[in-house]
Amino acid sequence: MSMRTASPIRFELSCPTPLQSHDTILLGHGSGGKLSADLIRDIFLPTFANPVLSRLDDQGIVQINGQRIAMTTDSFVVKPLFFPGGDIGSLAVHGTVNDLAMGGATPLFLSVAFIVEEGFSVDELRQIATSMQEAATRAGVQVVTGDTKVVEKGKGDGLFVNTTGIGIVPDGINLSADQARPGDKVLLSGSIGDHGIAILAHREGLEFESQIRSDSAALHTLVSQMLDVGAEIRCMRDPTRGGVSSALNEIAERSQVGIELEEGSMPVHEQVRGACELLGLDPLYVANEGKLIAVVAPESAETVLQAMKGHAMGQESQIIGTVNDEHRGLVTMRTNLGTTRIVDMLSGDQLPRIC
Amino acid sequence: MKYLDEYRDHRIARALVAEITSCVKHSWVLMEICGGQTHTIMRYGLSDVLPREVELVHGPGCPVCVTPLETVDKAIALALRPGVILVSYGDMLRVPGSRSDLLRAKAQGADVRIAYSPTGAVKIARANPDRQVVFLAIGFETTAPANAMAAWQAKHEGLSNFSMLVSHVLVPPAIRALLGTPNNRVQGFIAPGHVCTVMGCSEYEGLVRDFGMPIVVGGFEPVDILESVLMLIRQLEAGEAKLENQYVRSVSPQGNGRAREIVAEVFETADQKWRGIGRIPMSGLRLRGEYAAHDADRIFALSEITADEPAECISAQVLRGLKKPTDCAAFCVRCTPENPLGAPMVSSEGACAAYYHYRRHSVVSQEKSCP
Repeated sequence: MSMRTASPIRFELSCPTPLQSHDTILLGHGSGGKLSADLIRDIFLPTFANPVLSRLDDQGIVQINGQRIAMTTDSFVVKPLFFPGGDIGSLAVHGTVNDLAMGGATPLFLSVAFIVEEGFSVDELRQIATSMQEAATRAGVQVVTGDTKVVEKGKGDGLFVNTTGIGIVPDGINLSADQARPGDKVLLSGSIGDHGIAILAHREGLEFESQIRSDSAALHTLVSQMLDVGAEIRCMRDPTRGGVSSALNEIAERSQVGIELEEGSMPVHEQVRGACELLGLDPLYVANEGKLIAVVAPESAETVLQAMKGHAMGQESQIIGTVNDEHRGLVTMRTNLGTTRIVDMLSGDQLPRIC
Repeated sequence: MKYLDEYRDHRIARALVAEITSCVKHSWVLMEICGGQTHTIMRYGLSDVLPREVELVHGPGCPVCVTPLETVDKAIALALRPGVILVSYGDMLRVPGSRSDLLRAKAQGADVRIAYSPTGAVKIARANPDRQVVFLAIGFETTAPANAMAAWQAKHEGLSNFSMLVSHVLVPPAIRALLGTPNNRVQGFIAPGHVCTVMGCSEYEGLVRDFGMPIVVGGFEPVDILESVLMLIRQLEAGEAKLENQYVRSVSPQGNGRAREIVAEVFETADQKWRGIGRIPMSGLRLRGEYAAHDADRIFALSEITADEPAECISAQVLRGLKKPTDCAAFCVRCTPENPLGAPMVSSEGACAAYYHYRRHSVVSQEKSCP
């Protein structure tokens, strides 16, 4: 083969000095990915060290006078405040109810804290409070205490909401991310990516043939239907920030198992898939607010799946993968071609690609 | 989804692999140029299903990765200036410059915004007449028309507060430079389909002729890549060297005339530095003199900034296909997407990052403990 050319180019190395440390907080520290995990591992866990916290579940479960109480808290900084399928108020109720439900708890009471920026519309605040109350009524929980703070104009971003919730964990229920075992099946309650893409599309003014709506919903009745069949459920997670990938990576890490997903088993609505293709995003990393993942003993998988499909919020449920003892701490995907790839936990937020 | 599902169909892919296996008699080294193609190869594990005679090496086609350090440094310096809004494609935000990146600059108070298209940056300029809006215009020929259109719009609207920090690279001069190095191993190229959608195929005919090198313009889905490999193997086994187009659903021989016109109106070719490779003559685009009022380099008189080289990084060899990411002692140990040592690890489409994200479970040797 002929290799005719002009004078060869001299290749010079020009590499960056690595950025080894984070001495300031980046947005990625709140993404639910590796940077968030670093903060928890390096600062919060050692500082607040106790056995309940160190389980790193979506809720802490404590025992008071023989009664197991689940407690959780979550802050909501979503923009826009109103989006197709919900608003910051209903989202703040659903998010906390779901974090309790993932521990098998029956959600009972919420606290609500509003941090409002000076100049915020009272009308909008009323709408949001009303929406919270409606969501709480539907979820069967009561808002029993609250707090309001107002910050100077420019020192907040309109409105931030925090909710804290408590619930009771029935006897015999013991769900935790460290309990997945090789052979277990991984179940998903429905299509993924709806919430994250609905928010993104609304915020950026991206238009699609039909509107993509957030899946924001309270999942505790679905959970109780699953627990009622008496099957061996090891753990549940709601794949919010960081999506299905982050939730499964956390389980793989905490249980020191591998999790293998099957390509094509993941339900994704066509509109969401189209938006993801367009923006170079992977639905596995996009946030959901009304879906759950359950790791279930293999012999119980079919029973639990049927229970999920029998619930309005679980009709599209599927078995999406299997727990194994290979590649411990990693999530992998078996492609239809027969190859295997890693489904990594992202460092920070997923960023749209250039082309 | 039309034009996607059939190109990801595993039955078609398997049939192509079987045909490649029956065709191949000798060992061949093929390079795909585009980072999107590298991403697909890694994501679907295509190297694992190809016969061992076919070795895929990965070229310098990730625009984010090859954007020079000094461009990132300039963008950060600009972003930190009072009154400036720095607008960028999302995946540039995490790319490290010499000492920082745009996400860190944002955390320090810089106004850094993500645009989904360059005209989005123009909109920001319209909405903020009292601020200077600088768009970080990077990419290959693929993004050049849209970036050119942004500059054209700004000029014709008289938007004096809109400028672009340009770092545009061109594929054919890079291929020429790669093939011209004495220890080149590459015997066939998969040319980047989206670049050719804009530019057409004629630029590649000269490369085929000058180097006796088969080139197939390829698409980005697994079936596209495998079909391109098959077309290259058929040529190589037959001792042929010609230009073929696999990506016919998108690429016409003459490209997109309107897109080329706007690029030629706004940009001119210039020498360009590629991160991890070095300076390649006439391998980039810069704004023409008529657009000087929208050229951030000229408006803000940005000085050149040089950077340290970690001797450990082998990106120059990786980007030329001489070494695989896994040949690097730092891969997965001291060089990760969180702390990249070099260009191919900085964006998800870089070869090292693609290996890291998708394949480190199967390619890392036992003695390395890979997180």
